[in-house]
Amino acid sequence: MKKLRRFAFIFGAASGTLRGKGHRKRIVEKGESDPAAELWLVGLLLLSAIFAVGFIVVYATGRWPHRTQYEGIALGGSLAFMAAALILVAKRLIVTEELTEEYPEEEHPKEQVEVNQIVRESGSRFTRRKLVGGAATAAGGALGLALVAPALSLGPALDTDELRWSPWKRGTRLVHEDGAPFSASEIEKDTFYTAYPEHEPRSDIAAPVVIVRLDPSELRLPPERKDWAPLGILAYSKICTHAGCALGLYRKPMFPPVEPSPALVCPCHYSTFDVADGGNVLFGPAGRALPQLPLMIDRRGRLRAGGNFSGPVGPSWWGVRKKPAVSPGDNS
Amino acid sequence: MRRARTFVALALVLLGVATVAHAELPSGISRPDSERGLSQQELGAQLFAGNCATCHGIAGEGVLPPNRTRGAGNVRGLGPPLKGVGALAADFYLTTGFMPLQDPQQQPWRRRVEFTPKEIAAITQYVASLGPGPSIPRPDPSAGSVSVGFHLFTEHCAGCHQAVAEGGYVTNVRVPKLKQDTATQIAEAVRIGPNLMPVFSKHDISDRQLNSIIAYIESVKHPNDRGGWGIGHIGPVPEGMFTWLVAAVALVALCVLIGERLGKA
Repeated sequence: MKKLRRFAFIFGAASGTLRGKGHRKRIVEKGESDPAAELWLVGLLLLSAIFAVGFIVVYATGRWPHRTQYEGIALGGSLAFMAAALILVAKRLIVTEELTEEYPEEEHPKEQVEVNQIVRESGSRFTRRKLVGGAATAAGGALGLALVAPALSLGPALDTDELRWSPWKRGTRLVHEDGAPFSASEIEKDTFYTAYPEHEPRSDIAAPVVIVRLDPSELRLPPERKDWAPLGILAYSKICTHAGCALGLYRKPMFPPVEPSPALVCPCHYSTFDVADGGNVLFGPAGRALPQLPLMIDRRGRLRAGGNFSGPVGPSWWGVRKKPAVSPGDNS
Repeated sequence: MRRARTFVALALVLLGVATVAHAELPSGISRPDSERGLSQQELGAQLFAGNCATCHGIAGEGVLPPNRTRGAGNVRGLGPPLKGVGALAADFYLTTGFMPLQDPQQQPWRRRVEFTPKEIAAITQYVASLGPGPSIPRPDPSAGSVSVGFHLFTEHCAGCHQAVAEGGYVTNVRVPKLKQDTATQIAEAVRIGPNLMPVFSKHDISDRQLNSIIAYIESVKHPNDRGGWGIGHIGPVPEGMFTWLVAAVALVALCVLIGERLGKA
Protein backbone atom coordinates (compact mmCIF):
# COMPACT_ATOMS: atom_id res chain seq x y z
CA MET A 1 0.00 0.00 0.00
CA LYS A 2 2.70 2.32 1.05
CA LYS A 3 4.71 1.48 -2.02
CA LEU A 4 1.73 2.12 -4.24
CA ARG A 5 1.19 5.47 -2.64
CA ARG A 6 4.82 6.38 -3.11
CA PHE A 7 4.61 5.30 -6.74
CA ALA A 8 1.54 7.48 -7.23
CA PHE A 9 3.38 10.37 -5.67
CA ILE A 10 6.34 9.96 -7.99
CA PHE A 11 4.07 9.62 -10.99
CA GLY A 12 2.10 12.68 -9.99
CA ALA A 13 5.26 14.64 -9.32
CA ALA A 14 6.70 13.67 -12.70
CA SER A 15 3.54 14.58 -14.62
CA GLY A 16 3.21 17.75 -12.59
CA THR A 17 6.73 18.80 -13.46
CA LEU A 18 6.08 18.03 -17.12
CA ARG A 19 3.05 20.22 -17.12
CA GLY A 20 5.01 22.93 -15.36
CA LYS A 21 2.65 23.19 -12.39
CA GLY A 22 5.40 23.93 -9.90
CA HIS A 23 7.25 21.67 -7.45
CA ARG A 24 5.93 19.18 -5.01
CA LYS A 25 7.54 18.53 -1.65
CA ARG A 26 10.32 15.91 -1.80
CA ILE A 27 9.66 12.43 -0.42
CA VAL A 28 13.18 11.09 -0.62
CA GLU A 29 15.90 13.20 0.89
CA LYS A 30 18.19 14.83 -1.60
CA GLY A 31 21.51 12.95 -1.66
CA GLU A 32 24.90 14.41 -2.31
CA SER A 33 26.09 13.99 -5.87
CA ASP A 34 29.08 11.68 -6.37
CA PRO A 35 30.75 12.41 -9.72
CA ALA A 36 33.59 9.94 -9.05
CA ALA A 37 31.15 7.05 -8.55
CA GLU A 38 29.29 8.06 -11.70
CA LEU A 39 32.53 8.03 -13.63
CA TRP A 40 33.32 4.54 -12.32
CA LEU A 41 29.82 3.45 -13.30
CA VAL A 42 30.24 4.72 -16.85
CA GLY A 43 33.62 2.99 -17.06
CA LEU A 44 32.24 -0.35 -15.86
CA LEU A 45 29.27 -0.19 -18.22
CA LEU A 46 31.53 0.59 -21.16
CA LEU A 47 33.83 -2.30 -20.22
CA SER A 48 30.80 -4.57 -20.10
CA ALA A 49 29.80 -3.35 -23.55
CA ILE A 50 33.33 -3.90 -24.92
CA PHE A 51 33.42 -7.49 -23.64
CA ALA A 52 29.97 -8.19 -25.09
CA VAL A 53 31.11 -6.86 -28.46
CA GLY A 54 34.22 -9.00 -28.06
CA PHE A 55 32.01 -12.06 -27.69
CA ILE A 56 30.22 -11.21 -30.92
CA VAL A 57 33.55 -10.75 -32.71
CA VAL A 58 34.96 -14.08 -31.44
CA TYR A 59 31.73 -15.87 -32.24
CA ALA A 60 31.49 -14.48 -35.74
CA THR A 61 35.12 -14.72 -36.82
CA GLY A 62 36.84 -17.13 -34.47
CA ARG A 63 38.57 -20.07 -36.11
CA TRP A 64 41.52 -20.00 -33.74
CA PRO A 65 42.20 -22.57 -31.00
CA HIS A 66 40.52 -22.27 -27.57
CA ARG A 67 37.65 -20.35 -29.15
CA THR A 68 35.22 -21.70 -26.53
CA GLN A 69 37.42 -20.36 -23.75
CA TYR A 70 37.67 -16.90 -25.35
CA GLU A 71 33.91 -16.80 -25.79
CA GLY A 72 33.48 -17.76 -22.17
CA ILE A 73 35.91 -15.08 -21.00
CA ALA A 74 34.19 -12.44 -23.14
CA LEU A 75 30.64 -13.23 -22.06
CA GLY A 76 31.65 -13.87 -18.46
CA GLY A 77 33.61 -10.61 -18.35
CA SER A 78 30.68 -8.66 -19.74
CA LEU A 79 28.36 -10.10 -17.09
CA ALA A 80 30.93 -9.55 -14.31
CA PHE A 81 31.37 -5.86 -15.20
CA MET A 82 27.60 -5.47 -15.45
CA ALA A 83 27.25 -6.98 -11.97
CA ALA A 84 29.97 -4.68 -10.62
CA ALA A 85 28.17 -1.68 -12.15
CA LEU A 86 24.90 -2.69 -10.47
CA ILE A 87 26.63 -3.20 -7.12
CA LEU A 88 28.18 0.26 -7.47
CA VAL A 89 24.79 1.81 -8.25
CA ALA A 90 23.22 0.13 -5.23
CA LYS A 91 25.99 1.04 -2.83
CA ARG A 92 27.09 4.49 -3.91
CA LEU A 93 24.47 6.16 -6.10
CA ILE A 94 20.96 5.30 -4.94
CA VAL A 95 19.74 7.39 -2.04
CA THR A 96 18.74 4.98 0.69
CA GLU A 97 17.00 5.30 4.01
CA GLU A 98 16.19 2.79 6.69
CA LEU A 99 12.61 2.64 7.93
CA THR A 100 10.96 0.45 10.50
CA GLU A 101 7.27 -0.16 10.65
CA GLU A 102 5.30 -1.18 13.75
CA TYR A 103 2.98 -4.16 13.58
CA PRO A 104 -0.54 -2.87 12.86
CA GLU A 105 -2.95 -3.02 15.77
CA GLU A 106 -5.82 -5.47 15.58
CA GLU A 107 -8.57 -3.57 13.87
CA HIS A 108 -11.76 -5.32 15.07
CA PRO A 109 -10.99 -7.40 18.16
CA LYS A 110 -14.61 -7.54 19.25
CA GLU A 111 -15.92 -8.76 15.91
CA GLN A 112 -13.31 -11.53 15.80
CA VAL A 113 -14.49 -12.93 19.09
CA GLU A 114 -18.05 -12.77 17.75
CA VAL A 115 -17.17 -14.67 14.58
CA ASN A 116 -15.60 -17.43 16.64
CA GLN A 117 -18.73 -17.66 18.73
CA ILE A 118 -20.99 -17.82 15.66
CA VAL A 119 -18.99 -20.69 14.19
CA ARG A 120 -19.08 -22.62 17.47
CA GLU A 121 -22.82 -22.17 17.95
CA SER A 122 -23.70 -23.07 14.33
CA GLY A 123 -22.48 -26.62 15.01
CA SER A 124 -24.80 -27.19 17.92
CA ARG A 125 -27.03 -29.68 16.02
CA PHE A 126 -24.18 -32.22 15.95
CA THR A 127 -24.58 -34.62 18.86
CA ARG A 128 -22.25 -37.46 17.75
CA ARG A 129 -19.17 -35.45 17.02
CA LYS A 130 -16.68 -38.31 17.23
CA LEU A 131 -18.71 -40.57 14.95
CA VAL A 132 -19.15 -37.88 12.30
CA GLY A 133 -15.49 -36.96 12.57
CA GLY A 134 -14.48 -40.61 12.08
CA ALA A 135 -16.72 -40.97 9.05
CA ALA A 136 -15.31 -37.79 7.50
CA THR A 137 -11.77 -39.04 8.11
CA ALA A 138 -12.65 -42.36 6.46
CA ALA A 139 -14.10 -40.62 3.41
CA GLY A 140 -11.13 -38.25 3.04
CA GLY A 141 -8.55 -40.98 3.62
CA ALA A 142 -10.14 -43.42 1.20
CA LEU A 143 -10.38 -40.74 -1.48
CA GLY A 144 -6.70 -39.92 -0.95
CA LEU A 145 -5.74 -43.60 -1.27
CA ALA A 146 -7.81 -43.88 -4.45
CA LEU A 147 -5.84 -41.00 -5.94
CA VAL A 148 -2.50 -42.61 -5.00
CA ALA A 149 -3.50 -46.14 -6.06
CA PRO A 150 -2.42 -45.84 -9.75
CA ALA A 151 1.18 -45.73 -8.45
CA LEU A 152 0.85 -49.51 -8.09
CA SER A 153 1.23 -49.69 -11.88
CA LEU A 154 4.89 -48.64 -11.43
CA GLY A 155 5.67 -52.21 -10.41
CA PRO A 156 4.10 -55.41 -9.18
CA ALA A 157 3.25 -54.91 -5.52
CA LEU A 158 0.84 -57.66 -4.56
CA ASP A 159 1.45 -60.32 -7.20
CA THR A 160 5.25 -60.55 -7.52
CA ASP A 161 5.27 -63.85 -9.38
CA GLU A 162 6.09 -62.24 -12.71
CA LEU A 163 9.37 -61.05 -11.19
CA ARG A 164 10.34 -64.71 -10.83
CA TRP A 165 9.98 -65.42 -14.52
CA SER A 166 13.09 -66.40 -16.41
CA PRO A 167 13.45 -67.49 -20.04
CA TRP A 168 15.72 -70.40 -19.06
CA LYS A 169 14.57 -74.02 -18.77
CA ARG A 170 16.25 -77.39 -18.99
CA GLY A 171 17.75 -77.83 -22.46
CA THR A 172 17.90 -74.15 -23.54
CA ARG A 173 21.11 -73.59 -25.48
CA LEU A 174 23.46 -70.75 -24.50
CA VAL A 175 24.20 -68.53 -27.49
CA HIS A 176 26.52 -65.62 -28.32
CA GLU A 177 25.17 -62.14 -28.98
CA ASP A 178 25.04 -63.04 -32.71
CA GLY A 179 22.99 -66.19 -31.99
CA ALA A 180 25.78 -68.76 -32.50
CA PRO A 181 25.69 -71.48 -29.82
CA PHE A 182 28.49 -71.73 -27.25
CA SER A 183 30.66 -74.85 -27.33
CA ALA A 184 32.15 -76.09 -24.08
CA SER A 185 35.54 -76.29 -25.79
CA GLU A 186 35.67 -72.57 -26.58
CA ILE A 187 35.29 -71.52 -22.93
CA GLU A 188 38.73 -70.63 -21.62
CA LYS A 189 39.87 -70.00 -18.08
CA ASP A 190 40.73 -66.55 -16.72
CA THR A 191 38.18 -64.72 -18.88
CA PHE A 192 34.42 -64.32 -19.03
CA TYR A 193 31.67 -64.49 -21.65
CA THR A 194 28.13 -63.13 -21.90
CA ALA A 195 25.51 -65.58 -23.16
CA TYR A 196 21.78 -65.45 -23.93
CA PRO A 197 19.04 -68.10 -24.13
CA GLU A 198 18.39 -69.35 -27.67
CA HIS A 199 15.06 -68.24 -29.23
CA GLU A 200 14.02 -66.25 -26.16
CA PRO A 201 13.61 -62.50 -25.63
CA ARG A 202 16.91 -60.92 -24.59
CA SER A 203 15.31 -57.83 -23.15
CA ASP A 204 14.19 -59.84 -20.12
CA ILE A 205 16.27 -59.11 -17.04
CA ALA A 206 16.88 -62.83 -16.50
CA ALA A 207 18.15 -63.46 -20.05
CA PRO A 208 21.87 -62.54 -19.92
CA VAL A 209 24.27 -64.85 -18.08
CA VAL A 210 28.02 -64.73 -17.48
CA ILE A 211 30.07 -67.84 -18.24
CA VAL A 212 33.40 -68.42 -16.52
CA ARG A 213 35.62 -71.45 -16.26
CA LEU A 214 37.61 -72.61 -13.24
CA ASP A 215 39.65 -75.67 -12.58
CA PRO A 216 37.16 -78.31 -11.27
CA SER A 217 39.41 -78.72 -8.20
CA GLU A 218 38.86 -75.05 -7.30
CA LEU A 219 35.07 -75.39 -7.08
CA ARG A 220 33.42 -75.17 -3.65
CA LEU A 221 29.80 -75.58 -4.77
CA PRO A 222 27.18 -76.83 -2.29
CA PRO A 223 26.56 -80.60 -2.60
CA GLU A 224 23.18 -80.24 -4.32
CA ARG A 225 24.86 -78.28 -7.12
CA LYS A 226 27.71 -80.69 -7.78
CA ASP A 227 26.51 -81.41 -11.36
CA TRP A 228 25.93 -77.75 -12.21
CA ALA A 229 29.44 -77.00 -13.51
CA PRO A 230 30.60 -79.61 -16.02
CA LEU A 231 34.37 -79.33 -16.70
CA GLY A 232 34.43 -76.43 -14.26
CA ILE A 233 32.27 -74.23 -16.52
CA LEU A 234 29.91 -72.04 -14.50
CA ALA A 235 27.08 -69.72 -15.48
CA TYR A 236 25.63 -66.93 -13.33
CA SER A 237 23.00 -64.29 -13.91
CA LYS A 238 24.67 -61.13 -15.25
CA ILE A 239 22.35 -58.93 -13.17
CA CYS A 240 23.50 -57.81 -9.72
CA THR A 241 21.10 -58.72 -6.90
CA HIS A 242 21.52 -55.29 -5.32
CA ALA A 243 20.39 -52.64 -7.81
CA GLY A 244 20.19 -54.58 -11.06
CA CYS A 245 23.35 -53.35 -12.79
CA ALA A 246 25.09 -55.62 -15.31
CA LEU A 247 28.13 -57.34 -13.83
CA GLY A 248 30.84 -56.12 -16.16
CA LEU A 249 33.93 -56.88 -14.10
CA TYR A 250 35.56 -60.25 -13.64
CA ARG A 251 38.56 -60.25 -11.39
CA LYS A 252 40.73 -63.32 -11.71
CA PRO A 253 43.99 -63.85 -9.84
CA MET A 254 47.05 -64.30 -11.97
CA PHE A 255 48.91 -65.82 -9.02
CA PRO A 256 46.23 -67.24 -6.69
CA PRO A 257 48.45 -67.74 -3.60
CA VAL A 258 48.79 -64.00 -3.00
CA GLU A 259 45.89 -62.50 -4.92
CA PRO A 260 42.15 -62.35 -4.15
CA SER A 261 39.92 -65.20 -5.31
CA PRO A 262 38.13 -65.09 -8.68
CA ALA A 263 34.92 -63.07 -8.43
CA LEU A 264 32.35 -61.16 -10.45
CA VAL A 265 32.24 -57.49 -9.47
CA CYS A 266 29.43 -55.04 -10.10
CA PRO A 267 30.71 -51.69 -11.40
CA CYS A 268 27.90 -49.71 -9.74
CA HIS A 269 28.49 -50.33 -6.01
CA TYR A 270 31.24 -52.97 -6.05
CA SER A 271 29.16 -55.92 -4.89
CA THR A 272 31.52 -58.88 -5.30
CA PHE A 273 30.31 -62.44 -5.88
CA ASP A 274 32.47 -65.53 -5.40
CA VAL A 275 32.24 -67.65 -8.56
CA ALA A 276 33.77 -70.76 -6.97
CA ASP A 277 31.17 -71.33 -4.24
CA GLY A 278 27.88 -70.60 -6.01
CA GLY A 279 27.82 -66.81 -6.17
CA ASN A 280 27.91 -65.90 -2.47
CA VAL A 281 28.49 -62.25 -1.63
CA LEU A 282 32.10 -61.50 -0.69
CA PHE A 283 31.77 -57.73 -0.41
CA GLY A 284 29.39 -54.91 -1.10
CA PRO A 285 25.76 -54.00 -0.60
CA ALA A 286 24.17 -57.02 -2.37
CA GLY A 287 21.94 -58.86 0.07
CA ARG A 288 21.80 -62.33 -1.47
CA ALA A 289 23.86 -64.66 -3.64
CA LEU A 290 24.04 -64.29 -7.40
CA PRO A 291 21.60 -66.77 -9.03
CA GLN A 292 23.51 -69.65 -10.63
CA LEU A 293 22.32 -71.34 -13.82
CA PRO A 294 22.99 -75.11 -13.89
CA LEU A 295 24.82 -76.18 -17.05
CA MET A 296 25.13 -79.38 -19.05
CA ILE A 297 27.00 -80.30 -22.20
CA ASP A 298 25.06 -82.04 -24.96
CA ARG A 299 26.33 -84.76 -27.30
CA ARG A 300 27.59 -82.19 -29.80
CA GLY A 301 29.58 -80.40 -27.13
CA ARG A 302 27.23 -77.40 -26.88
CA LEU A 303 26.41 -75.70 -23.59
CA ARG A 304 22.79 -76.06 -22.44
CA ALA A 305 20.95 -74.96 -19.33
CA GLY A 306 20.40 -77.86 -16.94
CA GLY A 307 17.37 -76.16 -15.40
CA ASN A 308 16.43 -72.76 -14.10
CA PHE A 309 18.38 -70.38 -11.88
CA SER A 310 19.07 -71.17 -8.24
CA GLY A 311 16.89 -68.20 -7.32
CA PRO A 312 15.01 -65.26 -8.82
CA VAL A 313 17.13 -62.87 -10.88
CA GLY A 314 17.66 -59.18 -10.30
CA PRO A 315 17.23 -56.74 -7.41
CA SER A 316 15.55 -58.20 -4.36
CA TRP A 317 12.03 -57.54 -3.12
CA TRP A 318 9.98 -58.77 -0.17
CA GLY A 319 9.60 -62.53 -0.21
CA VAL A 320 12.31 -63.02 -2.84
CA ARG A 321 13.69 -66.04 -1.03
CA LYS A 322 10.35 -67.78 -0.56
CA LYS A 323 9.77 -69.20 -4.04
CA PRO A 324 12.11 -70.27 -6.86
CA ALA A 325 12.52 -68.84 -10.35
CA VAL A 326 9.84 -69.72 -12.90
CA SER A 327 10.64 -71.21 -16.32
CA PRO A 328 8.56 -70.80 -19.49
CA GLY A 329 5.90 -73.53 -19.54
CA ASP A 330 5.80 -73.89 -15.76
CA ASN A 331 2.27 -73.44 -14.48
CA SER A 332 2.63 -71.91 -11.07
CA MET B 1 81.27 -11.68 7.03
CA ARG B 2 83.23 -14.76 7.92
CA ARG B 3 80.07 -16.49 9.08
CA ALA B 4 78.41 -15.76 5.72
CA ARG B 5 81.39 -17.22 3.86
CA THR B 6 81.26 -20.39 5.97
CA PHE B 7 77.57 -20.68 5.23
CA VAL B 8 78.11 -20.38 1.46
CA ALA B 9 80.89 -22.99 1.60
CA LEU B 10 78.68 -25.37 3.56
CA ALA B 11 75.83 -24.88 1.11
CA LEU B 12 78.16 -25.64 -1.81
CA VAL B 13 79.40 -28.83 -0.16
CA LEU B 14 75.83 -29.95 0.49
CA LEU B 15 74.91 -29.20 -3.10
CA GLY B 16 77.88 -31.26 -4.30
CA VAL B 17 76.87 -34.21 -2.11
CA ALA B 18 73.31 -33.98 -3.39
CA THR B 19 74.49 -33.98 -7.01
CA VAL B 20 76.68 -37.04 -6.46
CA ALA B 21 73.82 -38.83 -4.70
CA HIS B 22 71.54 -38.00 -7.60
CA ALA B 23 74.04 -39.18 -10.19
CA GLU B 24 74.43 -42.56 -8.54
CA LEU B 25 73.00 -45.54 -10.35
CA PRO B 26 69.50 -46.47 -9.19
CA SER B 27 69.77 -48.86 -6.28
CA GLY B 28 67.86 -52.06 -5.76
CA ILE B 29 69.10 -53.81 -8.90
CA SER B 30 71.92 -56.30 -8.64
CA ARG B 31 74.14 -56.40 -11.68
CA PRO B 32 77.13 -58.50 -12.72
CA ASP B 33 80.45 -56.71 -12.12
CA SER B 34 80.92 -56.12 -15.81
CA GLU B 35 78.24 -56.51 -18.44
CA ARG B 36 80.82 -56.42 -21.19
CA GLY B 37 82.00 -59.69 -22.61
CA LEU B 38 78.86 -61.52 -21.50
CA SER B 39 76.65 -63.02 -24.18
CA GLN B 40 73.03 -61.88 -24.08
CA GLN B 41 71.94 -65.26 -22.73
CA GLU B 42 74.60 -65.11 -19.97
CA LEU B 43 73.70 -61.53 -19.05
CA GLY B 44 70.03 -62.49 -18.93
CA ALA B 45 70.76 -65.49 -16.73
CA GLN B 46 72.89 -63.40 -14.34
CA LEU B 47 70.33 -60.62 -14.04
CA PHE B 48 67.56 -63.18 -13.57
CA ALA B 49 69.50 -64.91 -10.81
CA GLY B 50 70.22 -61.60 -9.11
CA ASN B 51 66.83 -59.90 -9.36
CA CYS B 52 64.07 -62.39 -10.17
CA ALA B 53 65.01 -65.82 -8.83
CA THR B 54 64.12 -65.05 -5.19
CA CYS B 55 60.43 -65.15 -6.07
CA HIS B 56 60.28 -66.96 -9.42
CA GLY B 57 62.78 -69.73 -8.60
CA ILE B 58 66.26 -70.16 -9.96
CA ALA B 59 64.97 -71.99 -13.03
CA GLY B 60 61.73 -69.99 -13.28
CA GLU B 61 59.73 -72.75 -11.58
CA GLY B 62 58.07 -70.27 -9.23
CA VAL B 63 57.87 -70.30 -5.44
CA LEU B 64 54.55 -71.84 -4.59
CA PRO B 65 52.89 -72.68 -1.28
CA PRO B 66 53.47 -76.34 -0.33
CA ASN B 67 50.39 -78.56 -0.61
CA ARG B 68 47.95 -75.63 -0.95
CA THR B 69 48.45 -74.83 2.74
CA ARG B 70 50.30 -71.88 4.13
CA GLY B 71 53.91 -72.45 4.97
CA ALA B 72 55.90 -71.36 8.00
CA GLY B 73 55.48 -67.67 8.76
CA ASN B 74 52.21 -67.73 6.85
CA VAL B 75 54.05 -67.58 3.53
CA ARG B 76 51.56 -67.95 0.75
CA GLY B 77 53.97 -68.30 -2.12
CA LEU B 78 56.16 -65.64 -3.64
CA GLY B 79 55.90 -65.75 -7.40
CA PRO B 80 54.31 -67.72 -10.24
CA PRO B 81 56.31 -70.07 -12.49
CA LEU B 82 57.64 -68.43 -15.64
CA LYS B 83 57.96 -71.48 -17.86
CA GLY B 84 55.92 -70.88 -20.99
CA VAL B 85 55.03 -67.23 -20.31
CA GLY B 86 57.34 -66.31 -23.17
CA ALA B 87 58.99 -63.07 -24.19
CA LEU B 88 55.58 -61.35 -24.20
CA ALA B 89 55.05 -61.40 -20.42
CA ALA B 90 58.70 -60.66 -19.58
CA ASP B 91 58.77 -57.65 -21.91
CA PHE B 92 55.50 -56.31 -20.46
CA TYR B 93 56.47 -56.60 -16.80
CA LEU B 94 59.98 -55.18 -17.29
CA THR B 95 59.22 -52.28 -19.65
CA THR B 96 56.33 -51.06 -17.45
CA GLY B 97 58.40 -51.24 -14.26
CA PHE B 98 55.85 -53.70 -12.75
CA MET B 99 58.82 -55.95 -11.98
CA PRO B 100 60.99 -56.27 -9.99
CA LEU B 101 58.61 -55.91 -7.03
CA GLN B 102 59.99 -54.72 -3.72
CA ASP B 103 57.46 -56.82 -1.81
CA PRO B 104 55.93 -59.88 -3.47
CA GLN B 105 52.59 -59.27 -1.71
CA GLN B 106 52.15 -55.80 -3.17
CA GLN B 107 50.22 -55.04 -6.32
CA PRO B 108 52.48 -54.52 -9.37
CA TRP B 109 52.18 -50.86 -10.37
CA ARG B 110 53.86 -48.71 -13.02
CA ARG B 111 57.19 -47.45 -11.66
CA ARG B 112 60.47 -46.09 -12.90
CA VAL B 113 62.17 -48.70 -15.10
CA GLU B 114 65.52 -49.49 -13.52
CA PHE B 115 66.88 -51.93 -16.10
CA THR B 116 68.44 -50.58 -19.28
CA PRO B 117 66.83 -51.57 -22.59
CA LYS B 118 69.75 -53.91 -23.24
CA GLU B 119 69.26 -55.61 -19.89
CA ILE B 120 65.53 -55.93 -20.51
CA ALA B 121 66.18 -57.57 -23.85
CA ALA B 122 68.60 -60.00 -22.18
CA ILE B 123 66.21 -60.98 -19.36
CA THR B 124 63.34 -61.27 -21.85
CA GLN B 125 65.39 -63.62 -24.00
CA TYR B 126 66.34 -65.65 -20.95
CA VAL B 127 62.73 -65.98 -19.75
CA ALA B 128 61.63 -66.91 -23.27
CA SER B 129 64.26 -69.67 -23.28
CA LEU B 130 62.71 -71.27 -20.16
CA GLY B 131 59.94 -72.81 -22.24
CA PRO B 132 58.02 -72.26 -25.45
CA GLY B 133 55.74 -69.21 -25.10
CA PRO B 134 54.27 -66.29 -27.02
CA SER B 135 56.63 -63.74 -28.56
CA ILE B 136 56.38 -59.94 -28.22
CA PRO B 137 53.36 -58.78 -30.25
CA ARG B 138 53.71 -56.18 -33.00
CA PRO B 139 50.40 -54.28 -32.98
CA ASP B 140 49.69 -51.71 -35.69
CA PRO B 141 47.20 -49.15 -34.36
CA SER B 142 47.29 -47.23 -37.65
CA ALA B 143 45.50 -50.21 -39.23
CA GLY B 144 42.73 -49.96 -36.63
CA SER B 145 39.58 -47.87 -36.51
CA VAL B 146 39.02 -45.50 -33.59
CA SER B 147 35.23 -45.88 -33.73
CA VAL B 148 35.36 -49.69 -33.79
CA GLY B 149 37.95 -49.48 -31.02
CA PHE B 150 35.63 -47.30 -28.96
CA HIS B 151 32.87 -49.91 -29.14
CA LEU B 152 35.25 -52.75 -28.29
CA PHE B 153 36.81 -50.74 -25.46
CA THR B 154 33.42 -49.97 -23.87
CA GLU B 155 32.46 -53.64 -24.19
CA HIS B 156 35.64 -55.26 -22.86
CA CYS B 157 37.73 -52.68 -20.99
CA ALA B 158 35.76 -49.65 -19.82
CA GLY B 159 34.04 -51.53 -16.98
CA CYS B 160 37.31 -51.31 -15.03
CA HIS B 161 39.52 -48.84 -16.92
CA GLN B 162 36.75 -46.19 -17.45
CA ALA B 163 35.58 -44.83 -20.78
CA VAL B 164 38.64 -42.64 -21.38
CA ALA B 165 41.13 -45.13 -19.88
CA GLU B 166 41.59 -43.14 -16.66
CA GLY B 167 41.59 -46.26 -14.47
CA GLY B 168 39.62 -46.86 -11.29
CA TYR B 169 38.97 -49.56 -8.72
CA VAL B 170 37.86 -53.16 -8.47
CA THR B 171 37.42 -54.69 -5.03
CA ASN B 172 40.91 -55.26 -3.54
CA VAL B 173 42.93 -53.59 -6.32
CA ARG B 174 43.51 -50.33 -8.09
CA VAL B 175 42.97 -50.34 -11.86
CA PRO B 176 45.75 -48.51 -13.71
CA LYS B 177 45.16 -45.71 -16.18
CA LEU B 178 46.42 -46.47 -19.67
CA LYS B 179 47.77 -43.06 -20.63
CA GLN B 180 51.43 -44.04 -20.41
CA ASP B 181 51.17 -47.44 -22.04
CA THR B 182 52.70 -48.02 -25.44
CA ALA B 183 50.84 -49.92 -28.14
CA THR B 184 53.00 -53.00 -27.49
CA GLN B 185 52.37 -52.88 -23.73
CA ILE B 186 48.59 -52.68 -24.26
CA ALA B 187 48.68 -55.62 -26.66
CA GLU B 188 50.73 -57.61 -24.15
CA ALA B 189 48.46 -56.80 -21.18
CA VAL B 190 45.35 -57.91 -23.10
CA ARG B 191 46.91 -61.34 -23.71
CA ILE B 192 48.42 -61.76 -20.22
CA GLY B 193 45.73 -60.33 -17.97
CA PRO B 194 48.15 -58.94 -15.37
CA ASN B 195 47.12 -59.27 -11.72
CA LEU B 196 43.29 -59.45 -11.52
CA MET B 197 42.60 -58.49 -15.15
CA PRO B 198 40.87 -61.19 -17.24
CA VAL B 199 42.80 -62.78 -20.08
CA PHE B 200 41.57 -62.04 -23.60
CA SER B 201 42.67 -64.65 -26.11
CA LYS B 202 42.76 -64.13 -29.87
CA HIS B 203 39.39 -65.87 -29.89
CA ASP B 204 37.86 -63.12 -27.70
CA ILE B 205 39.72 -60.15 -29.20
CA SER B 206 41.41 -60.74 -32.53
CA ASP B 207 44.66 -59.00 -33.44
CA ARG B 208 42.70 -56.76 -35.83
CA GLN B 209 40.26 -55.77 -33.09
CA LEU B 210 43.20 -55.18 -30.78
CA ASN B 211 44.63 -52.69 -33.29
CA SER B 212 41.36 -50.76 -33.12
CA ILE B 213 41.31 -50.83 -29.30
CA ILE B 214 44.86 -49.46 -29.22
CA ALA B 215 43.94 -46.81 -31.81
CA TYR B 216 41.11 -45.72 -29.49
CA ILE B 217 43.38 -45.61 -26.41
CA GLU B 218 45.93 -43.56 -28.38
CA SER B 219 43.16 -41.14 -29.36
CA VAL B 220 42.06 -40.57 -25.74
CA LYS B 221 45.59 -39.95 -24.49
CA HIS B 222 45.19 -36.33 -25.57
CA PRO B 223 41.45 -35.73 -25.70
CA ASN B 224 40.16 -32.51 -27.20
CA ASP B 225 38.78 -30.78 -24.12
CA ARG B 226 36.50 -28.28 -25.80
CA GLY B 227 35.05 -27.13 -22.51
CA GLY B 228 38.37 -26.11 -20.98
CA TRP B 229 39.97 -27.93 -18.06
CA GLY B 230 39.76 -31.70 -18.25
CA ILE B 231 39.94 -32.02 -14.41
CA GLY B 232 41.07 -35.61 -14.75
CA HIS B 233 38.24 -36.69 -17.10
CA ILE B 234 36.35 -38.00 -14.14
CA GLY B 235 33.01 -37.96 -15.90
CA PRO B 236 30.21 -35.43 -16.40
CA VAL B 237 28.53 -35.80 -12.98
CA PRO B 238 31.57 -35.14 -10.77
CA GLU B 239 32.71 -32.45 -13.21
CA GLY B 240 29.32 -30.76 -12.88
CA MET B 241 29.47 -31.06 -9.10
CA PHE B 242 32.94 -29.52 -9.11
CA THR B 243 31.63 -26.58 -11.14
CA TRP B 244 28.64 -26.15 -8.87
CA LEU B 245 30.77 -26.20 -5.73
CA VAL B 246 33.19 -23.62 -7.12
CA ALA B 247 30.34 -21.44 -8.38
CA ALA B 248 28.41 -21.76 -5.11
CA VAL B 249 31.44 -20.78 -3.00
CA ALA B 250 32.12 -17.81 -5.31
CA LEU B 251 28.51 -16.63 -5.07
CA VAL B 252 28.42 -16.92 -1.27
CA ALA B 253 31.72 -15.06 -1.06
CA LEU B 254 30.35 -12.28 -3.27
CA CYS B 255 27.19 -12.02 -1.17
CA VAL B 256 29.25 -11.74 2.03
CA LEU B 257 31.36 -9.08 0.34
CA ILE B 258 28.54 -6.83 -0.85
CA GLY B 259 25.91 -7.54 1.80
CA GLU B 260 25.13 -5.24 4.75
CA ARG B 261 23.33 -6.04 7.94
CA LEU B 262 20.20 -3.97 8.45
CA GLY B 263 19.48 -2.07 11.63
CA LYS B 264 23.09 -1.49 12.57
CA ALA B 265 22.53 2.16 13.26
